[in-house]
Amino acid sequence: MTVKTYKRKLDIKNGRVDLSHGSGGRAMMQLIADIFHEALDNAWLRRGNDQSAFDVIGGRMVMTTDGYVVSPIFFPGGDIGSLAVHGTINDIAMAGARPIYLSAGFIIEEGFALADLKRVADSMGEAARDAGVPIITGDTKVVERGKADGVFITTTGVGVVPDGLDLSSEKARAGDKVILSGTIGDHGVAVMSKRQNLTFETDIVSDSAALHQLVAVMVGAGGPSLRVMRDPTRGGLAATLNELAHQSHVGFRISEEALPIKPEVAAACDLLGLDPLYVANEGKLVAIVAPEAAGDILAAMQAHPLGRDAAIIGEAIADDHHFVQMTTSFGGGRIVDWLSGEQLPRIC
Amino acid sequence: MKHADEYRDGRLARALAARIAHEADPAASYHFMEFCGGHTHAISRYGIQDLLPGNVRMIHGPGCPVCVLPIGRIDAAIRLAERPEVTLCTYGDLMRVPGSHGTSLLKAKAAGADIRMVYSTTDALRIAEAEPEREVIFFAIGFETTTPPTALAIKIAAAKKLKNFTIFCNHVLTPSAIQNILESPDVRELGRVRIDGFIGPAHVSTVIGSQPYAFFAEEFEKPVVIAGFEPLDVMQAIMMLVRQVNEGRCEVENQYTRAVKPEGNERAKAEVAEIFELRKSFEWRGLGQVPYSGLRLKKAYAEFDAERRFDIGHIEAHDNPACECGAILRGVKKPTDCKLFGTVCTPDTPMGSCMVSSEGACAAHWTYGRFRDHVREAS
Repeated sequence: MTVKTYKRKLDIKNGRVDLSHGSGGRAMMQLIADIFHEALDNAWLRRGNDQSAFDVIGGRMVMTTDGYVVSPIFFPGGDIGSLAVHGTINDIAMAGARPIYLSAGFIIEEGFALADLKRVADSMGEAARDAGVPIITGDTKVVERGKADGVFITTTGVGVVPDGLDLSSEKARAGDKVILSGTIGDHGVAVMSKRQNLTFETDIVSDSAALHQLVAVMVGAGGPSLRVMRDPTRGGLAATLNELAHQSHVGFRISEEALPIKPEVAAACDLLGLDPLYVANEGKLVAIVAPEAAGDILAAMQAHPLGRDAAIIGEAIADDHHFVQMTTSFGGGRIVDWLSGEQLPRIC
Repeated sequence: MKHADEYRDGRLARALAARIAHEADPAASYHFMEFCGGHTHAISRYGIQDLLPGNVRMIHGPGCPVCVLPIGRIDAAIRLAERPEVTLCTYGDLMRVPGSHGTSLLKAKAAGADIRMVYSTTDALRIAEAEPEREVIFFAIGFETTTPPTALAIKIAAAKKLKNFTIFCNHVLTPSAIQNILESPDVRELGRVRIDGFIGPAHVSTVIGSQPYAFFAEEFEKPVVIAGFEPLDVMQAIMMLVRQVNEGRCEVENQYTRAVKPEGNERAKAEVAEIFELRKSFEWRGLGQVPYSGLRLKKAYAEFDAERRFDIGHIEAHDNPACECGAILRGVKKPTDCKLFGTVCTPDTPMGSCMVSSEGACAAHWTYGRFRDHVREAS
């Protein structure tokens, strides 16, 4: 006679992650099944292997990986789960590529509420489904209290580059136009507004979004005229333009007046002593494009919901010093330098 | 929240620039010192220099609280923070100010000291209340603007009978520093610095008012225009200074009337007077010992004074001999006159304090203005 073992249900409402959830035993299986498989469900995960097999589509592929340690893990407009999906999809998309699969690794701190973990996993599942990019394999580890902060997530993504496209950071040339896909600073300010020692009232929400569909539209309109794309996350637009200036051996001249910034973000930055140029974004991209194609690409972007506020903000110039110069809306000139030090730790 | 766009309007700026260019005598030159780091930052951040005629020169003054803090005080703060029972609360921009021998609060934190970045004195108070077993020290710095909040924190701590809260007091006074500059040999005898007028502090003046500057206008015959920190405020103040010079006037004028009253903020002044008293002398980086320029807690509040509770003694420390921060803070030298500027000293690896705070003359020039040096080189 077989005895059916009694299995206590995971107490998602009041329970907490403990060390047994990472030990490789039944508790871990249950955590993975009840939370992660439930939230991220797809044909690959259902097979329950330590890896997932998939057919190679052919052509050039891209791969990227990114860790997420944002604090707080829930913020207006998103959470660490959706961010971990969007961020990695965006890194794939910046090659002009179509993202196809993701993986997710979780490092969970002992004592983390199961309800929060479920909320994060559900949000990841929703973000992945919305984007049409399944999470097909993953890993869970639990560390002692104090060795992590709630939950850290690492996602890896693979994607396919359309034929004839080779975007790369050394390809900006003097005369190229710089297109920004929308308002800057939203994510950083939204996260800051919920920091424990800084809570302030605001309606600003993170711009966290998957940009691959916007990129597909841009590839359709510009093709090989797209030279470089990058999403200005940590360090903001300033860091991105400085990196590209150095990698492409050019300078940039941008116009402050052309920069799309929400008035409430500008005001919050004023209050906090931040410069929106250095504040992180999670649903924006910068594209350096051949001047003759800039108009078409911009029009295509503006017709897409994620590029509605897109604008040409400046151009690449010949400059041995690789300065990013800006004409201020006040009428003077200044450099937009690299960020020095850490303006906002753990923003993504 | 209302944004300050109307004080940053490019069209108005160009109109003001045209007026300054029209009124400035091409045969003369004008040297104005903006005392405050806030003005230094605005001038660099908005590229105001590009809007001024070549014969109107701005000289950066010492009004950056982080910059004027002598290296010995940083060393003392680090020593305090290294005590196992101490939690040192500090504003973020102090973290990277270099102490002696390449130390900094940031490095001390990485080595294990309990140092926390806060945005206000109330954050520090909150930590003291939440963690009664820790000795919480607030690293109090700044001019007259930040002194009232510190005074208030002391009063709250006293009312709540907090036994584990103290401040490491480094509050300093603006008028004493201006007087020190005007009396310095550089200005008076050697003529190394020419100052035809001052842009007076914005936020400081909201507290102390415009009256304290009357002395400078009369005694030293220097016009003073108190100005707000927005770029149009600065432009307008420059125009008012040009007019005073042209008309041979030496008056205290107030451009920042939307915030500054002649008598200042009586209540804030009273709070400060209740808690603090003058030190006989306080050391400033660049200016040296300046008589009656710093504050400390009165005896009645001695229990909240970290210097009295923890015997740190006086730490004698010297700036890197190649660092020109001192001369730059006095207006004698420009950032580009320093051999370290942009070579070993950048905002990422600051050697001197002027390269640390965004209000410091070196950081402002490096971050916003250094492309002009290369334009000059090329032409």
